[in-house]
Amino acid sequence: MVEPDGPAARAGWAVRSWWLIAGMWIRSTMAYRASFALSLAANTLVTFLDFAVLLLMFAHTRQLAGWTLAETGFLYGTSSAALGAANVLVGSVGGLGERVRSGSLDTMLIRPAPALAQLAAERFSLRRLGRLLQALAVLGWSLTALDVHWTWDRVLMVPVLLLCGTLIFCALFIGCSCVQFWWGEAAELQNSLTYGGATLLQYPPTVFARELVAGTVFGVPLAFVNWLPALHVLGRPDPLGLPAAFRFASPLAAALCLLAAGLAWRTGLRAYRSTGS
Amino acid sequence: MRSPVDGGNTVVGGVYLSVARGAFRRYSTYRAATVAGTVTNSVFGVILASTMLALWRARPGLGGYDAAQAVTYTWISQALLATVAVWGGGFQDDLQARFRSGDIAVDLYRPVDFQGWWLAADLGRAAFQLVTRGALPVLVGAALFDLALPGSPLVWAEFLLAVVLAVVVSFGLRFLASLTGFWLHESEGVRAVMTVVSMFFSGMLLPLALFPGLLGELARALPFSAMVQLPADVLLRRRTGTGLLALYGFQLGWAAALLALGRAGQALAVRRVVVQGG
Repeated sequence: MVEPDGPAARAGWAVRSWWLIAGMWIRSTMAYRASFALSLAANTLVTFLDFAVLLLMFAHTRQLAGWTLAETGFLYGTSSAALGAANVLVGSVGGLGERVRSGSLDTMLIRPAPALAQLAAERFSLRRLGRLLQALAVLGWSLTALDVHWTWDRVLMVPVLLLCGTLIFCALFIGCSCVQFWWGEAAELQNSLTYGGATLLQYPPTVFARELVAGTVFGVPLAFVNWLPALHVLGRPDPLGLPAAFRFASPLAAALCLLAAGLAWRTGLRAYRSTGS
Repeated sequence: MRSPVDGGNTVVGGVYLSVARGAFRRYSTYRAATVAGTVTNSVFGVILASTMLALWRARPGLGGYDAAQAVTYTWISQALLATVAVWGGGFQDDLQARFRSGDIAVDLYRPVDFQGWWLAADLGRAAFQLVTRGALPVLVGAALFDLALPGSPLVWAEFLLAVVLAVVVSFGLRFLASLTGFWLHESEGVRAVMTVVSMFFSGMLLPLALFPGLLGELARALPFSAMVQLPADVLLRRRTGTGLLALYGFQLGWAAALLALGRAGQALAVRRVVVQGG
């Protein structure tokens, strides 16, 4: 097999590899149909129960740290949809550590397809769509329930937010998994930034200490997933008092995150020493 | 050669003890995983405790908890997440792998009780995780938030007993979920459903006192409440005296019922075991 030339052809080849492997795994999970149906239902329910907790909280109060249920639902829907989409696309990279430990990463490196694409599609399962579908349903509901004056820039902001949010979470999944090149068992560290980050973003920023919110702007750039653009969509003041430009900076943040994740991956791969087994 | 069963109860007890010790030691070798898990529990603790504070700022005294108790509840539930395996896992992972490989057939012919073997292993795992992923996040919580932890060692001992019973109840539930592997060959789906139900009804996400009406009554009657809500009640001194005895009775009752059900299921499964693999 000849490696394709040029960055565009290489990216196309990576996407095609991802698609072929994911398709194979879909066929394989379909071998156990009852189990698949149950896990898809469970996956959809997981997200619903997350939201049920929010509903239970709002059953006891009209506002949480000054935000209404519809506004919190918008945060919930956008955060969970971005995480859900990223999880479908690259969520499997968390299995890197196991491959490093067992030495089976070598098999991926000698195959004529990009290792990252192979790893991202590994054990791909359609049941992961459950989270995404549930999140989009909540987002759809919140959009009808919100009391927002919909100008064209606000309307446009919603799909841009979802796209950038997905890319930022993809970068976090990939970037954090690279820790496992050195520290094979630390798969759960990734969860604290991805799943933990998504949980954080489901609640209004006013719930949290200012230092924590500042950390999501200037440290791990989670605030660009939905908090900052949501301030513009919902017409709310910024608890940190940042310049308005920050609310529009999500595409830049996403690009920087992807760049950093790519660098981390290349560094990790270069440092990788096979176990030899 | 005498099999351990012939050797009488002391030898059998010794076997279970060494199985539990082995599990404790095995988990202690996953050092990076333990650190990563502790960090994750602490991160979630900070997030969830902050949301609790926001809710209690809006509604002081909600559910009979003051703000400090509500925050403490959150940190205790984080501490119990891995210990009680609310998320599933522990011995389940090993058992699932043995279903896939067909090694399960070997397990059934061991001269030690199948259910007892895995219970001992799970108790050993829980002990390790209580020390690491249980205690360490609570220390993080105490450093960052105002916690309402008891000073009396007696309350801590009462809490510890409730935690042991919580692990047994959780084991009983997970064992039943794993047994479906004998019929479905793949218990991943059942396990996923179980995770959802346990997370919600154990009180892991929100104290059950905040569940309204019938939903609340149902939640308090199901075995899942024995896993997080009840140990937390003991530590927050919401149950004392006869109330405490009733609480232990509830945990014991469910533990016995679930273990008996698991035993019956195991007997059925053994009769129709289909072994996968070569």
